Amino acid sequence: MRVDGRDVVATPGISVAAALLAAGIVVLRRSPAGDTPRGAFCLMGVCQECTVLIEGRAERACMIAVRDGIAVSLRGPHAE
Amino acid sequence: MKVDLAVLGAGPAGANAALAAAGHGLSVAVIDENAAAGGQVWRAPAPSVTRDDADARDGAALREKLRISTVEHLDSATAWLIARDDAWRVDVARHGRSETVTADALVIATGAHERVMPFPGWTLPGVIGLAAATILLKANGVLPGQRTVVAGCGPLLSLVAASILKAGGTVAAVVDLASRAEWLGALPALAARPDLLARGALWRARIAAARVPVFHRHTVIRAEGTERLGAVRLGRVDAEGRLVPGAPEVAIAADALAIGHGLVPDTAATRLLRLRHRYDAASGWVAARDGTLAGSVARLWLAGEVGGIGGAAVAALQGRLAGLAAAQALGRSAAAAEAAQLQAGIARAGRAAAAMSWMMRPRPAMAGGITPETIVCRCEDVPRAAIEAAIAAGARDLNQVKQWTRCGMGPCQGRMCGEAAASLLAPHVGGRENVAPWTGRPPLRPVSADDLLGDFDYADIPIPAPAPP
Ligand SMILES: Cc1cc2nc3c(=O)[nH]c(=O)nc-3n(C[C@H](O)[C@H](O)[C@H](O)COP(=O)(O)OP(=O)(O)OC[C@H]3O[C@@H](n4cnc5c(N)ncnc54)[C@H](O)[C@@H]3O)c2cc1C
Ligand code: FES
Repeated sequence: MRVDGRDVVATPGISVAAALLAAGIVVLRRSPAGDTPRGAFCLMGVCQECTVLIEGRAERACMIAVRDGIAVSLRGPHAE
Repeated sequence: MKVDLAVLGAGPAGANAALAAAGHGLSVAVIDENAAAGGQVWRAPAPSVTRDDADARDGAALREKLRISTVEHLDSATAWLIARDDAWRVDVARHGRSETVTADALVIATGAHERVMPFPGWTLPGVIGLAAATILLKANGVLPGQRTVVAGCGPLLSLVAASILKAGGTVAAVVDLASRAEWLGALPALAARPDLLARGALWRARIAAARVPVFHRHTVIRAEGTERLGAVRLGRVDAEGRLVPGAPEVAIAADALAIGHGLVPDTAATRLLRLRHRYDAASGWVAARDGTLAGSVARLWLAGEVGGIGGAAVAALQGRLAGLAAAQALGRSAAAAEAAQLQAGIARAGRAAAAMSWMMRPRPAMAGGITPETIVCRCEDVPRAAIEAAIAAGARDLNQVKQWTRCGMGPCQGRMCGEAAASLLAPHVGGRENVAPWTGRPPLRPVSADDLLGDFDYADIPIPAPAPP
């Protein structure tokens, strides 16, 4: 995967959320209202905590499978 | 797309409903936002994961049956709107655009999601759901962390702890709201399911062999850390889930906490349709259905956990029953004998399932562990104190709490905070059964505006001639 421009080794076919966790990347975003760190929580597509940019689209990382070279950005609109 | 029957959800319930109806000659579309059928318990493992347990086999068999059937499987399809005009209409976002499925009959089989009662620190990265951990382990082959505390209630505790150990991980502790005696009391109801008993015994043996400390009648008081989880603090509770004052606390270093307090039926679709719901002590608010699983409006059936937590075996049988009922209602001859057989099977399997969902129930005094600063609504960062302030100012139902505080207004649409908000409101209105769930609103799941617009182009908008000046 390309995570914010960096290469991260991941197993193809597992969810992007699982791959990030396996790579030690636990903090995925900050909450918009309180600015507190958040990571994947329900892993079944319900809580929306794992929402990141995948190939430029806001997606739930737990619902998208890793494929070769998939681009993931954790720097959402609230990062800068 | 136009079909006889649309089925929402391709878990054990929905997939079996689709197969049964197609077997009796209906044209069927089954809609699910996952890439493969199976739902939660039979979720398809990634190609890198090799498994040969009963759930993996059942899931693979189900997917094979679907593949060779006439059922149209709309995978990776998020249903965001359901409505009824002359026929049922389900709008789904799929592959970057929205499409409409119309159908004469509808089966809703949206299953359940997890309940996690809030506690200080539960928003820290590294804290995940207990059922969530089963997905990591079973479908992805990934451990929740280096050292995991497994906490909450119900049979998933031993399943998750044993799976972590089997995968070579470390379980720092198992923290169970239930006492040993409560577990022993649940055993007789499992007599009809020797397979479940044997699995449970195997999990416990693995946990004991690894000398994992097991804390019965304990709960997580707090998850500690700044940017991510570093430690978990435990305390003793009574049978109602109330912290025992003065009991010593235990701190355990851990980088992962898998915690869950049972399952909540996903009634977003049934609430959107304004169906009749009822309160059930073990499952909470569920969509009401009769003995043939018909919902409170015509040509609609409710299969699986959307109508009450019952486990995979019950969900699968209910799915078949709903599929048969739909086929019969649309004029196909379905054998009455099969329906009776299915109903008997559901009653048999239901006993073990009821015992397990009882072990998973949230304990009545658990809301006491939510401190005033604890975030209840994760999406909108609403603390308990804000909800209490709204209640003190007169909010008397969940919708009012939502309008007052934004609790439940974020992208999860109240799925993560609904149970906690309801239990904070309950003592003010005479109990949980008096706290009706949020009013259902579209979209059922967040959907991107791009998907709704599809290939829409501004240049295509017909612009009327300007009015004369
Ligand atoms: C995360 C999780 C893990 C679990 N693990 C186990 C386990 O290991 N063992 C066990 O015995 N039980 C487990 N359970 C219990 C499980 O819920 C039942 O055993 C069984 O899966 C219920 O079947 P079902 O068909 O009713 O619902 P589900 O299996 O939940 O299927 C419902 C399906 O509907 C889909 N859906 C819902 N809304 C929409 C929408 N708007 N658009 C598109 N699709 C939608 C969902 O994606 C899902 O695939 C688990 C539950 C959860 C929540
Ligand atoms: S972790 Fe909850 S939606 Fe992905």
